[in-house]
Amino acid sequence: MEGLTLSDAEQKYYSDLFSYCDIESTKKVVVNGRVLELFRAAQLPNDVVLQIMELCGATRLGYFGRSQFYIALKLVAVAQSGFPLRVESINTVKDLPLPRFVASKNEQESRHATSYSSDSENQGSYSGVIPPPPGRGQVKKGPGSHDAVQPRPAADQQEPASPVVSPQQSPPTSPHTWRKHNRHPSGGNSERPLAGPGPFWSPFGDTQSGSSAGDAVWSGQSPPPPQENWVSFADTPPTSTLLTMHPASVQDQTTVRTVASATTANEIRRQSSSYDDPWKITDEQRQYYVNQFKTIQPDLNGFIPGSAAKEFFTKSKLPILELSHIWELSDFDKDGALTLDEFCAAFHLVVARKNGYDLPEKLPESLMPKLIDLEDSADVGDQPGEVGYSGSPAEAPPSKSPSMPSLNQTWPELNQSSEQWETFSERSSSSQTLTQFDSNIAPADPDTAIVHPVPIRMTPSKIHMQEMELKRTSSDHTNPTSPLLVKTSDLSEENKINSSVKFPSGNTVADGYSSSDSFPSDPEQIGSNVTRQRSHSGTSPDNTAPPPPPPRPQPSHSRSSSLDMNRTFAVTTGQQQTGAVAHPPAVPPRPQPSQAPGPSVHRPVDADGLITHTSTSPQQIPEQPNFADFSQFEVFAASNVTEEQDGEAEKHPEVLPTEKASDPATSLRIAQADGKIEEKTAASVPANVSKGTTPLAPPPKPVRRRLKSEDELRPDVDEHTQKTGVLAAVLASQPSIPRSVGKDKKAIQASIRRNKETNTVLARLNSELQQQLKDVLEERISLEVQLEQLRPFSHL
Amino acid sequence: MAVCIAVIAKENYPLYIRSTPTENELKFHYMVHTSLDVVDEKISAMGKALVDQRELYLGLLYPTEDYKVYGYVTNSKVKFVMVVDSSNTALRDNEIRSMFRKLHNSYTDVMCNPFYNPGDRIQSRAFENMVTSMMIQVC
Repeated sequence: MEGLTLSDAEQKYYSDLFSYCDIESTKKVVVNGRVLELFRAAQLPNDVVLQIMELCGATRLGYFGRSQFYIALKLVAVAQSGFPLRVESINTVKDLPLPRFVASKNEQESRHATSYSSDSENQGSYSGVIPPPPGRGQVKKGPGSHDAVQPRPAADQQEPASPVVSPQQSPPTSPHTWRKHNRHPSGGNSERPLAGPGPFWSPFGDTQSGSSAGDAVWSGQSPPPPQENWVSFADTPPTSTLLTMHPASVQDQTTVRTVASATTANEIRRQSSSYDDPWKITDEQRQYYVNQFKTIQPDLNGFIPGSAAKEFFTKSKLPILELSHIWELSDFDKDGALTLDEFCAAFHLVVARKNGYDLPEKLPESLMPKLIDLEDSADVGDQPGEVGYSGSPAEAPPSKSPSMPSLNQTWPELNQSSEQWETFSERSSSSQTLTQFDSNIAPADPDTAIVHPVPIRMTPSKIHMQEMELKRTSSDHTNPTSPLLVKTSDLSEENKINSSVKFPSGNTVADGYSSSDSFPSDPEQIGSNVTRQRSHSGTSPDNTAPPPPPPRPQPSHSRSSSLDMNRTFAVTTGQQQTGAVAHPPAVPPRPQPSQAPGPSVHRPVDADGLITHTSTSPQQIPEQPNFADFSQFEVFAASNVTEEQDGEAEKHPEVLPTEKASDPATSLRIAQADGKIEEKTAASVPANVSKGTTPLAPPPKPVRRRLKSEDELRPDVDEHTQKTGVLAAVLASQPSIPRSVGKDKKAIQASIRRNKETNTVLARLNSELQQQLKDVLEERISLEVQLEQLRPFSHL
Repeated sequence: MAVCIAVIAKENYPLYIRSTPTENELKFHYMVHTSLDVVDEKISAMGKALVDQRELYLGLLYPTEDYKVYGYVTNSKVKFVMVVDSSNTALRDNEIRSMFRKLHNSYTDVMCNPFYNPGDRIQSRAFENMVTSMMIQVC
C-alpha cells in the first residue's frame, strides 16, 4: 500500500478516530468491531465498506493497524466525496474533505461527526434521526415571520440543506440548527455550512440553486476547502471571524463542543418538533395567501391565469429561473393556471425561498393540492394533515402521479371541463362503442340508406313503419321526394343506419355521416387523442341501427332471405311497406350509381308494388334463365325506351348496361327481378293503376323492376298498391316526360342513390372500425406511457 | 437508452440538447444538425393533415452504423430528435413513440409555465429529470 500523506487536520482527525477505536489502548491495532461501527457510521454502502477494507489491507492483515486505519479513513473520505475508490486516490485526491461519520449513539462520535460536518447537507445528525427538510429550523423559529413576505436577510437563514424531498437526503441540519441557535444572538451571518466535508450527497449540494449569497458560497465550498481550516477543533479559537465559512465553522465547532450537551438537547427538541412538516403552511400564512389570492382573483374557486401569476410572483424579485421552478412545482395539474391550493403552495415556496430555503425537487406533501376528484374544488386545505418527513414527499408525489398522467393528458387542454369531456367520452365509448360495434352490419338496403331524417334507433319494425308513414304522407309531392319515398319504404334495416345518414335526401350518405361524426368529435377535439377518438367512434355506431345483412341474390324466397324482413313485413301489413322493407338481401349492390337519366319511366315502383310475394318463389326459378337472357333484355329495354307509360315495360337501357356493369350479383338480381317482374307484370297488369304494363317488354321490365323491387319492395300486395298509387300520382305529376320515362328515371335515380348510400354507409362503417382500431392502439400506447411513468425512476 | 436527445425550435436552433457525457458530445450535436435536413424533407413531403399523432412521429430518420436517429415534429414545428445506440437491443418502434410522447408532454408542461418564454433554452428541472430518466433507463 502506498504511503499515505495526510494533512495536519487529517492527521489529527485520524488519530482521534484511531484512539476512539482503540479501546484496548494498544496504540497499534484497532479493534475491528469499533472500526466496523465507525465505517457503518460513515453511511457508505456495504460493498464500498468492504472495498475500503480490502484496499487498506485490513482484510489481508486481519486487523486494522494504524496505517491501515488511516488509509481506510482516507478511503472513506474519498468514497464520501464521490470519487471512485482506488488505491491511488488516497494521495491523488486533493483537498479531500475529512470523512464524515454519522453519529451513532456514541456521543464522542457524534461530536466528531457534528463538529466536522458543518453543512446543512451533512448530517451531523443525531441518533439516526432524520430531520426534516431544510426549512425546519426556520419554521420553528419564526412561523410568525412567514406571515410577511419579507425577504429575510439571507444570512439569517441557513441554507436548507438539500432539497427536501430527495430520498437520499440525509438529515440534516442539526448542526445547522445548532449553529443557528448559537449564532443567532451573534447576529450571525453566514452560517454557511461548513462546506468542509464535501457534501455528503454532493448531487444535492449541486442542485442547490444558490440564489442567496450564502448559498453560493456554500455550494462553491463543497469541494472541500482548505484543510487547514479543519484545524482540529481543539484548536479553534472561540472567536469567529464570520467571514468565511470555515472560520465560521470553526467557531461553530468550538461552540458546539462547548455547548454540546446543551445543544444536543435543543437539537433533539428541535428535531422532534420538526417532525411536523416544515413545509406546512400555518393558518396565518394561509390566511395571508388567501387574501393575496383574492386580490387577483376574487373567486376562491377560480383560477389565476398564468400571466397574472407571473406578474405577481415577479414582484417577489426572485430570479426567473427559480420562479419557473416554483411554478413547475406548484402547478400541479399543469394547466397553466393556479387554483387556490396551488397558489398557496407557490406563495409558500416563494416565501421559503426568500427566506433562504432551497427549493425542493418535488412538491412537499403538505403543499400538494388535494385532488379529490377531477373538479377544482380548490379550497381543500393544503395540509393533508400528515406529518411530513422530508423523505416522504418523495413518495407522495409518485402516489399522486398515477392519477396525474391521465389527468395530464386531458387537463392541459381542457381546463375545467376536462373531466366532463373525459367522462363523456368514456361513457360514450364504453357503453356504446362495443354494443354498437357488434350490431354494425353493413346496411343492406341502399334504399334505406337514404335520408330519412329521423335519427331513431331502429328496431326494424317500428321505425320502419314510422318512416313509411312519414314518407308516405309527405311524399305526395315532387319528384325529389319520390325516391325518398321509395327509399323510405324500403327502409327497413337501413333505418338502423346512422340517423345522420338519413339527413337531407340530397346529401350523400357520406355527408350525413361525416357531419354526425364531426359533431360530437369536435368538442373533444382538444381532448386527448384517446378521448377524442373514443367518442368519435362512439357516435356513429351509436346511431346506426344494425342494418340488415347484405342481400344476397338468393334464388330462394325473397322473403325468406332475412328474418328481419319477415318480421318487418309481418308487422307492417297495412302499411305501405311496399318495397321498403324489401328484401335486404336482394338489394345492395345496386348498379353502380350512375345516374342514368334513362328515358324509361320511373314506373318500377309501380311494378314493384305490384309484385306480390306470393309469387316470389315461382319467380325465382324463372329468373335463372333470365339471367342468361340478359342481353336480350337490354335490347328489349332499348327498344322499349320509347315505350309507353308503363314503367314496367321500360327499364332504362342505360340502367341495364349499368346494371350489367355492376357485379354479377346485381345481374343475378336483375335476373331475379326480371323474372319477378315478369310475373308481376302478368299479375299486376290488372292491378296496376296508372300503368298499363306493356306485355311487350317483359324483359326490360324485370330489369327496372328489379331496381325497385329488390331494393324496396318485396312486395306486400297492398303496400305495393298503395305505394304504386302514390308513385303513380307522383309520377303523373311529371309533365314533360312521358310517364313511363319519368318513372324509370326516377326509379333508376332512386336506385342509384340507394346504392350510393349503401356504399357510403359501408365505407363509413369501415372507417369507423378503423377508427376504433386506432383508438384502441392509442389507448394501448397511452397505457404504456402511464406504466412507464408509474415505474418511477427506479434506476436513480 | 437514448444517447442524445435534442429539442429544436421552429427556426432550427436548439432549445435543449443533451447527450450522455461519455461520448464526444460534438459528434452528437453534428448528427442532430444533419438530421434536421431529413426532418425538413419529411415534413414537406407529408403535406397537410398533420393532426394525427402518428404523423407527428417521423420515424427513423437515418441510421448510421453505430446509431440510429429518430425524429418527431409537433404541430408548431418544434422538433424532437433522438439518437439511440444501435447496439441496444433494437428498441421497438412503439417504445420510441412512447418516448417521444413523453418528451412532448414534458415539453408542453414547460410551455405551460408562464415564466418560460418560448424560444428560450429549456431549463426546467422537471424536463431534465424526464430526459435523464429516458437516457439512463437501462442503468
